[in-house]
Amino acid sequence: MAGSGPPATNTFLATGRGPRLLSGGGGRRAAAVSTASTVVVLAALVAGFLLAPGSAEVRHTFFSPHDMWASFVGNPSKGYYSVGEALWLNIRMFLVAEVFILIFALMLALIRQSASPVLFPFRVLALIYVDFFRGVPVLLVVLAIGFGMPALRLPFVSAQSTAVYGTVALIITYSAYVSEVYRAGLNSVHRSQAAAARSLGLSQFATLRFVILPQAVRNIIPPLLNDFISLQKDTALVGVLGAIEANEAAQIYSSTVFNYSSYTVAALLFLLLTIPLARFTDGLIERDRRRRLAGAAT
Amino acid sequence: MSTGQPGEAGAGAIAIGVEGLRKSFGDVPVLNGIDLTVASHEVVCLIGASGSGKSTLLRCLNLLEPISEGKISMWGQDITAPGVDENLVRRSIGIVFQSYNLFPHMTVLRNITLAPVRAAGVPKAQAEEEARALLDRFGLASRENEYPDRLSGGQQQRVAIVRALAMKPQVMMLDEVTSALDPELVAEVLDVIRELAAGGMTMLIATHEMGFARDIANRVCFLEEGLIIEDAPPAELFTAPRDERTQRFLRRIIAAGRM
Repeated sequence: MAGSGPPATNTFLATGRGPRLLSGGGGRRAAAVSTASTVVVLAALVAGFLLAPGSAEVRHTFFSPHDMWASFVGNPSKGYYSVGEALWLNIRMFLVAEVFILIFALMLALIRQSASPVLFPFRVLALIYVDFFRGVPVLLVVLAIGFGMPALRLPFVSAQSTAVYGTVALIITYSAYVSEVYRAGLNSVHRSQAAAARSLGLSQFATLRFVILPQAVRNIIPPLLNDFISLQKDTALVGVLGAIEANEAAQIYSSTVFNYSSYTVAALLFLLLTIPLARFTDGLIERDRRRRLAGAAT
Repeated sequence: MSTGQPGEAGAGAIAIGVEGLRKSFGDVPVLNGIDLTVASHEVVCLIGASGSGKSTLLRCLNLLEPISEGKISMWGQDITAPGVDENLVRRSIGIVFQSYNLFPHMTVLRNITLAPVRAAGVPKAQAEEEARALLDRFGLASRENEYPDRLSGGQQQRVAIVRALAMKPQVMMLDEVTSALDPELVAEVLDVIRELAAGGMTMLIATHEMGFARDIANRVCFLEEGLIIEDAPPAELFTAPRDERTQRFLRRIIAAGRM
């Protein structure tokens, strides 16, 4: 053994990098590196924007603080509405649509999953419905309902506001998407769970209600929330019917004052709505992943 | 444990009667004409290779699988007749599966009380009290608030047995309930079944545990290719099997060191 000890200096030291261990100084060093990297990238992006030949015009048209504030608070006497206030309509449409979508989509999914021969025609109808509304652009459905329903001149049905028609169109379209999410969830629960429940004498309904659905819904919360993030954004499409939601209010401002900063305001407001939901969704996915890992370890 | 069985005329009354039961999955025949009777308080073990039809027979008796032909009766009542409420039938037959099939999103206590409360209409407080008594009896008293994935396989299977017992079934069917367990956990589950047998529970048990079948059964049925080949008391079937196919099966079991 003597004479064959390690060399006095570490011949593997070639890069001059710090310790790889995350403990001690390693963590602080990593934080410093990532901060520096972020600052450099951001500075390059800002410099690129500021040094572009048309930078001054773009800053004036899209980021004018005066116009951003003016469009945010609105001034009906000058012919434009508050983008901030209009956002409240988006929020209301989203909240109402969400409730109906959750119910209607579940019904669609259950019909498609049913096995009874009596329900065969309903299964076919549900299949056609889902294929149709997943395939047609949301905007076209909004236009068809928004202009078609009033044109029918029926009592009640034709006497609703544009926001109601828009919300109905969103419910119709998104129910098709969400029913597929539900179906994936129902399929993710193993058949033996239903067998165990039925063998105890639970009815088919009780089995669904207490055993299958709770497990299915738990499995689909992340994709469900994903669909709701895009539903929040798609409430902006209802503006084409003339409903004063945030996007429409921004457009009215821009065509009145000839400045696009109102769109920037609308974009920022939508981000304020969707980012919390997106973070929440990621949090749930992470929690679910950890729970699964913990479950697999035992 | 043996009170209140409909139509019971003392020990020896026929609890389960199966006549000419056939079952196919598509074109594949699985049961080819099963005739079987199980008397009240009798313990009958079903043995045979995997795929011989033991599990399918139990699932048919519990009406989990529609049958192709034949008749099944419980205490003289035809349960395969049209118009029979399958939920009522299932409430009087407890079945426990190889893979436990506990509800993973519910605590042990809720797993057990769900069916009594939601299917039998027992008040929640009473169902919980009865569930706790059963858990206590089978050494699971401290587990009522655990979720199934925190329990060992043996504990999960005992909870599954308790869950079936909570419906106060008149017959228990056990479908290879120890096959998914680590060897050291088998005994605790078999002890539970022995206790049930001692209490007079009518049982139909599909099993690979030959020693256990020999101990506990009043009768052992050997199945092959969807038929009951031999039906005899364990002392007779294990020591002097008459049919050549039974002999061949038992030789293989012994050669594999499982008896």
